[in-house]
Amino acid sequence: MADTIFITDERIDGDADADGPLTGRTVAIKDNISTEGVRTTCGSAMLEDYVPPYDATVVSRLKDAGATIVGKTNMDEFGMGTTTETSAFGPTDNPAAPGHVPGGSSGGSAAAVAAGEAELALGSDTGGSIRCPAAFCGVVGIKPTYGLVSRYGLVAYGNSLEQIGPFGETVEDAAALLDVITGPDDRDATTRAVELDGESYADAATGDVDGLTIGVPTELVEGADEGVVDTFWDAIAELEAQGAEYHEVSLPSVEHAVEAYYVIAMSEASSNLARFDGVRYGPATDADGNWNETFAAVRKEGFGDEVKRRILLGTYALSAGYHDKYYKKAQDARAWVKQDFDEALSEADVLASPTMPVTPFEQGESLDDPLQMYLADANTVPVNLADLPAISVPAGESDVDGLPVGLQLVGPSFGEERLIRAASALE
Amino acid sequence: MSDDADAVNPEAVRHVADLARVDLEADEVEAFTGQFADILEYFETLDEVPEVEREADLTNVMRPDEVRDSLDREAALQNAPETEDGFFKGPNVS
Repeated sequence: MADTIFITDERIDGDADADGPLTGRTVAIKDNISTEGVRTTCGSAMLEDYVPPYDATVVSRLKDAGATIVGKTNMDEFGMGTTTETSAFGPTDNPAAPGHVPGGSSGGSAAAVAAGEAELALGSDTGGSIRCPAAFCGVVGIKPTYGLVSRYGLVAYGNSLEQIGPFGETVEDAAALLDVITGPDDRDATTRAVELDGESYADAATGDVDGLTIGVPTELVEGADEGVVDTFWDAIAELEAQGAEYHEVSLPSVEHAVEAYYVIAMSEASSNLARFDGVRYGPATDADGNWNETFAAVRKEGFGDEVKRRILLGTYALSAGYHDKYYKKAQDARAWVKQDFDEALSEADVLASPTMPVTPFEQGESLDDPLQMYLADANTVPVNLADLPAISVPAGESDVDGLPVGLQLVGPSFGEERLIRAASALE
Repeated sequence: MSDDADAVNPEAVRHVADLARVDLEADEVEAFTGQFADILEYFETLDEVPEVEREADLTNVMRPDEVRDSLDREAALQNAPETEDGFFKGPNVS
C-alpha cells in the first residue's frame, strides 16, 4: 500500500530540540508543497527530478513544531483531477475501499492517514481536493478560508481559489495541524491574522452543537446518489438529536458553479503553468528549433492529458473574442455564488451537504469522460468560489454499496472554530 | 474554435495548442476535439448567469521595499537542465 501512497518516502525529521505541539507526530505532505532538498514532483513527469532549494512556509512551521515528515504523497498531476489517477506515477488505492480511487487530487495524503502511514497529512484544495479524498477515504479534511494559510512554496495551479489544509483521523487531530500552519506570512500577501474565540482550533473540538442552526442547500442534496443522501440525512438527524436544528435553503447560483469554477481554474492554470518551459527546471530535451518549438516539445513530453486539456481550454477561454463570453461570465457567477452563501449564512450558523454526490469510483472508471469527472465536484467547488472554509467529516457508509460517505459543513469567513465544533459532534 | 462550440474542429484545437506552446499527437488532437466540444457546450450555460455587482472589499498589503537575502545563484540554478557561466541556458529565440 505505502508504495502507491508516496511518490517519495524520504523522512524529514523535525527540530529535535523543539518541544512543539507536533513533537513525536508524523505528517505526510502532498507532493506539490515544496520541501528543501527533497524532490517535489506535483505528480508530473515535468518535475520528476525537481528538488526545491527552499521549504514552503507550512513545512518550516511543521519542522518548528517538532513534526516528523514521513513522505511526499501521490496526487493528480498538478492537482488536476478527482481520483489521483492522473498522476504520472500511477494510481493510489483507497485503504477504506480497496479497488476504488481515494479521491483527489490530494488522494495520497488522505490514503496515508486512512492506512495509518501517517497520523496527519497536508493537502491542497482548489475545488475540493482536500474534502473529496477525505470523504472517499473516511477521514477528516479541512479547506481553510482563503487567506488563513500561507501558500508560499505551494506550486500554483488556480491561485485565486486554493488553500493548503490538514487531514486527520479525528476532527481534533486535523484542527491541531491547522493550529500549526495558520498565521500571516509576509511571503504570501493574501494571508492575515485571525483572532480566535478560544485558545486554539483543537480546543474547539468540543462536540457541542446545542442550539446550532444548520442550513441544508437543496441544490446540493438533490443531485446526489440515493445511498449518499440517506447517509447524509442520518448524520443530520444525529446532530438534531444533540440539540441542533436544520432548515432547507436554496442557493440558485450553485447550478452554475461547476462551469464557473472550471473556466476560472483552467484560465489560471494556463497562465500558472506557462513557467514549465524546460529551462529553469524540467526535463532536458534534444528537440531542435527555436524557443517556441523547443518549449512546445518539452511540454508535450512533460504534461499528461488532463493537464494539457486544462491548459488548452484555459488558453481558449482567455483568448481574444472569448474572454467576455467565458472568463467574465464566470467571474459574475463567482460573485453570485458568494452572495448566495453570505445570505444563507446570515440565517444559519453552518451549511451542510454531502461532500461528494457519489461514493468512490472504481479504479479506471472515470478517466474517459472528463466532463463527467468535473460534474462530481458540484458540491465542493462553490466553497472555493466563495472563499469560505469547509470541513469534510465521515458520515458513515452508504447502505447501497457500503462505501464511505462524507458530510461537508461550510461556515462564514474565518469561522473554522464553528465548523470544528459542529463536525466533532459526529464522532 | 468558432463562436459555436458545435464547430470545434481539429484545426481549432491545433491553433490553441500552438498558442499554449504544447505539441500534440494526431490522436490527441482527435480526442480533444470531441471532448472540448462537450465541455464548451456545457460552459455555454454561463450565458444564463445575470450580471452581478462585484463589491470586493480588498485592501492592498504592502511591505517596505528593502534589500534582503534571496536564493544564492547556485541554488537557483541547481534544477536547470543546462547552465553556462552562472546563467540559465535556453534555446535560440529565433
